[in-house]
Amino acid sequence: MSAGHSTYTPKSGFGRWMDARLPLPRLVYDSFVAYPVPRNLNYAYTFGGILSIMLVAQILTGIVLAMHYAASTEVAFNSVEKIMRDVNSGWLLRYLHSNGASMFFVAVYVHIFRGLYYGSYKAPRELLWILGCIIYLLMMATAFMGYVLPWGQMSFWGATVITGFFTAIPLVGEWIQQLLLGGFAVDNPTLNRFFSLHYLLPFMIAGVVVLHVWALHVVGQTNPTGIEVKQKTDTVAFTPYATVKDAFAMVVFLAVFAYFVFYIPNFLGHPDNYIEADALKTPAHIVPEWYFLPFYAILRAITFNIGPIDSKLGGVLAMFGAIAVLFVVPWLDTSKVRSAVYRPWFKLFFWLFVLNAIFLGWLGSRPAEGTYVAMAQAATLYYFVFFLVIMPVLGLIETPRKLPNSITEAVLEKKSSVAAATATDQAKG
Amino acid sequence: MSATDSTEHTRRDFLYVATGVAGAVGAAGVAWPFIDQMRPDASTRALASIQVDVSGVEPGMSLTVKWRGRPVFVRNRTEKEIEEAKAVPLEDLKDPVARNANIPADAPATDTDRSAGEGKENWLVMVGVCTHLGCVPLGQAGDFGGWFCPCHGSHYDTAGRIRKGPAPENLAVPTFAFTSDTVIEIG
Repeated sequence: MSAGHSTYTPKSGFGRWMDARLPLPRLVYDSFVAYPVPRNLNYAYTFGGILSIMLVAQILTGIVLAMHYAASTEVAFNSVEKIMRDVNSGWLLRYLHSNGASMFFVAVYVHIFRGLYYGSYKAPRELLWILGCIIYLLMMATAFMGYVLPWGQMSFWGATVITGFFTAIPLVGEWIQQLLLGGFAVDNPTLNRFFSLHYLLPFMIAGVVVLHVWALHVVGQTNPTGIEVKQKTDTVAFTPYATVKDAFAMVVFLAVFAYFVFYIPNFLGHPDNYIEADALKTPAHIVPEWYFLPFYAILRAITFNIGPIDSKLGGVLAMFGAIAVLFVVPWLDTSKVRSAVYRPWFKLFFWLFVLNAIFLGWLGSRPAEGTYVAMAQAATLYYFVFFLVIMPVLGLIETPRKLPNSITEAVLEKKSSVAAATATDQAKG
Repeated sequence: MSATDSTEHTRRDFLYVATGVAGAVGAAGVAWPFIDQMRPDASTRALASIQVDVSGVEPGMSLTVKWRGRPVFVRNRTEKEIEEAKAVPLEDLKDPVARNANIPADAPATDTDRSAGEGKENWLVMVGVCTHLGCVPLGQAGDFGGWFCPCHGSHYDTAGRIRKGPAPENLAVPTFAFTSDTVIEIG
């Protein structure tokens, strides 16, 4: 909330002394204690908090892993095996870090889908949404470079394929690729710079997260009704209400995370990455990590030339376009109604989009041949149609359901209808 | 003339512009080494050409050697493979250019232009990197009996020409020469 609304009153002498010099306790109090949040937030809104602890967890495990890892093609693979076998608790730290990356993406996908469903990107939250998209991009870059570090077969060939994207750019493509690789192929210079950047990017993510949270606290949170907060009864204090709800969701999420780490630590990985990188032998079937699969399917779906754009550049453009389109979502959606709860058609198309995204992910894990290609083309088409056609057109022609006047009214209506239903049941019984 | 006359160029204006220009040039000058250091270093660029002994490579056999950190395929093709490649009309090719560093850049992708030339048509020397996204294609595989890239499904024929799939170009033929009947120098 903007300055001037602060209700913080330092209780101790030291608190007053501090407040007059560096009002950090005031900032924390105003942001995480007294900060008003909508009273009707559901568990879909807890993933922002989950993402923050995942970022902290990844940075902590990453820093200690870097103490044992060596970024040289001669020793990288063995240093990871040393972490697994020799370093005390090394296996745990590495599994926490590798599965943590997957969990980070699980959380970010739920967070993004929640934003799409409840229209969290609409005015005045466009910048908040765009900052989120930037964080997502940085996460993808970080995850990609992190996956190269163990120097396994998938590391090497994944890096080869992904840096190969840049050769699709006319004229300067080759120069850019060599700039990224530091050579003519993925090799020692590539591994060294990826390690350096993999260490840097999480701190850049942390920086953008600060901006993201700042922007959030200026405009306030959305809520499942999509109606702005209008009165004091629409909100509750962040602490204890949101704090406890977030903490409970974190515990459940961490339990799932722990299940992966302790019972199926390699379930989301690829066995080929336990074979050391070999520049002369491509694995029979290259797949990226699961969280990139939908985009990989889109890349491979473009098997035809589009006018002057050849199929290679077309695939790369479609893949980057699939991410770029997220940045303009605030201006693609023309509906005045924010939440899908009151938009019956949008709700339908949204869930189709979710299923389509999962389907694309599955197709990305299949070989690029036969009917898989045709299916990937159809799914890619729906991906873009959802954003570029359905979002703008549906907002103009859809008749939304009647909106309640306020969050309080929506909550009380729900309660009274539940109470009425219970009363009828009792009367029947 | 008053001191606030804005049309007159003052010493302060000069200092503003001079400082700004010096700052911009300085920033660009400092930025360049940071970009430049990312480019392939001297040891990488010093690509010693390699000598390959092909005396043991009988027709139907291939050799893969490493050059510039990348695989190079050296194949002694069978009569059947050469005939198959020769029988392909040029209109059927996705990429009609030879992509052979030893002949003019606009040479057509005939089988002879792809191979080591007249009299040595059985020899095919190519950088074994798929022109799509850089995987190493598998030999004697795919719909055309040449090379097949398992990554994204590009099919090359027995002359290493792209026939089907997302790759835009034929497999590149590097600069090479026979220094004797049995030794090839690549690079």
